[in-house]
Amino acid sequence: MYKKPLPRPTLESKEFWEGCKRHELLIQRCRDCGSYRHYPRLLCPKCNSENTEWVKVSGKGQVYTWAIAVQPFHPGFAEDVPYAMVIVELEEGVRLMTNIADSRPEDLYIGMPVEVVFDDVAEEVTLPKFKPAGK
Amino acid sequence: MTTLKDKAAIVGIGETEYSRNSGMSNLGLLLQAAKRAVEDSGLSIKDIDGVIPGFMGITAEDLISNFGLADLRYSTTVHMGGASAVASLQTAAMAIATGIAHNVVCLIGWNGYSGMRAGAVGVQMQTMPTMPMMSNLREFEMPFGSFVPAHWFAPLARRHMHEYGTTSRQFGAVAVAMRKHALLNEKAMMKKSITIEEHQNSRMIVDPFRLLDCCLESDGAAAVVVTAAERAKDMRHRPVYIMGIAEGHPDSPDQIPNRPVFTEVGAKKAAPHAFAMAGVTPKDIDVAMIYDCFTWVVICQLEDLGFCKKGEGGPFVEGGRIELGGELPVNTHGGLLSQAHILGMNHVVEAVRQLRGDGGAAQVKNAEIALVSGFGDLGDGSVVILRR
Ligand SMILES: [Zn+2]
Repeated sequence: MYKKPLPRPTLESKEFWEGCKRHELLIQRCRDCGSYRHYPRLLCPKCNSENTEWVKVSGKGQVYTWAIAVQPFHPGFAEDVPYAMVIVELEEGVRLMTNIADSRPEDLYIGMPVEVVFDDVAEEVTLPKFKPAGK
Repeated sequence: MTTLKDKAAIVGIGETEYSRNSGMSNLGLLLQAAKRAVEDSGLSIKDIDGVIPGFMGITAEDLISNFGLADLRYSTTVHMGGASAVASLQTAAMAIATGIAHNVVCLIGWNGYSGMRAGAVGVQMQTMPTMPMMSNLREFEMPFGSFVPAHWFAPLARRHMHEYGTTSRQFGAVAVAMRKHALLNEKAMMKKSITIEEHQNSRMIVDPFRLLDCCLESDGAAAVVVTAAERAKDMRHRPVYIMGIAEGHPDSPDQIPNRPVFTEVGAKKAAPHAFAMAGVTPKDIDVAMIYDCFTWVVICQLEDLGFCKKGEGGPFVEGGRIELGGELPVNTHGGLLSQAHILGMNHVVEAVRQLRGDGGAAQVKNAEIALVSGFGDLGDGSVVILRR
């Protein structure tokens, strides 16, 4: 039984989560000015256009920063501590909150190259996680 | 050009007991703090024609019905988390300067220990519609284990350490200073002194935040009465004038990962406006109350407020500079870290005490100008500059 909280997709975000289910990382891009944005938004914050496409991105990026949860605050994560909450910056410039698979918290460093992996945590939900690049 | 400068003054302050078990409802605490603030001002409760209740536990309707207010002219609530207390002073001053209301009470508080644990905000406030960042946190961060304020801000602190070499011992200097001040404050929940070594040995909560980097969780409420400057002179206490005030919102205020700059918070945007309105500079500030939910948040705000350059906040807090007797005494009541977590209204109350000369053992000699900062939600900022 999966005890961690699951995302509840909205009209604005469902393409992102449906992409994850297909093991594709999709990010919004403005059709007018070309800028990427995340988390999903109705309007492009740069040019305010609502003309948006979902683009499959490379899934490559690097560790921007992280924190290590030592004390558990949620029963679903009680057995995971210490675990790292990692902010990854994708090549396309947007960042995600995620976890790094196959890595100990003490091995993390800012700038560490990582690539996306998909964790099918529940029948209806796949989470985008990352692993050290090339590992 | 019209300005809010010196148009309004704080004339009354009120606080409940600060504890871990108030035995009272949130509403009871808030009403008690508001009533005490009005009593302190010398006004009658019936003179109150404006209210700015905090974003939880109480509404304008509660105040009308409990206080029997016959003609409330103005009410609003500021939704900036821990930045709300200071930001509500701006709203009060605007209502007063425009003649909409004459005597406005700003109040905030909670059962932050016996009720909803302050440190677990996020887990417990998941459905709170008044915290606008919660939907993003719930959908994109909680599934990865990020739930509570310590989780939100620790990644920012790590970037600050990476970019500027800020150290955990420097975080510790903030914790030690706040504790020293708390020992002089009879309302403070913390009664035992700490050292940097004890800070360094305190258990890790969310690396890089140790236990002693995290503020208290408290039951309590605080309130102030704001009135027009021209009437303030005739009241019971020496008025404390609002010289300059502003709020500031970080870029990407509803999520942290895509914030363009991780080492700046809302105070960075608010500070220039507040100082410009007041016509003073950071050098003119005699005492500062800096919102201190985490030690690092103090360091970052001291930079953003202009007390030192960006990246120099770590060295700035060392060597007793922010302690009583230092160049810039900070949080002479002990702050959220060691007095109590009353969402920053206790900071406003302490600034008023200092400017009235009622600071007791923690009085900063000849304090004439004080700054109070608020910090809330994912880094919203508010800044007020007060003078006696
Ligand atoms: Zn655009």
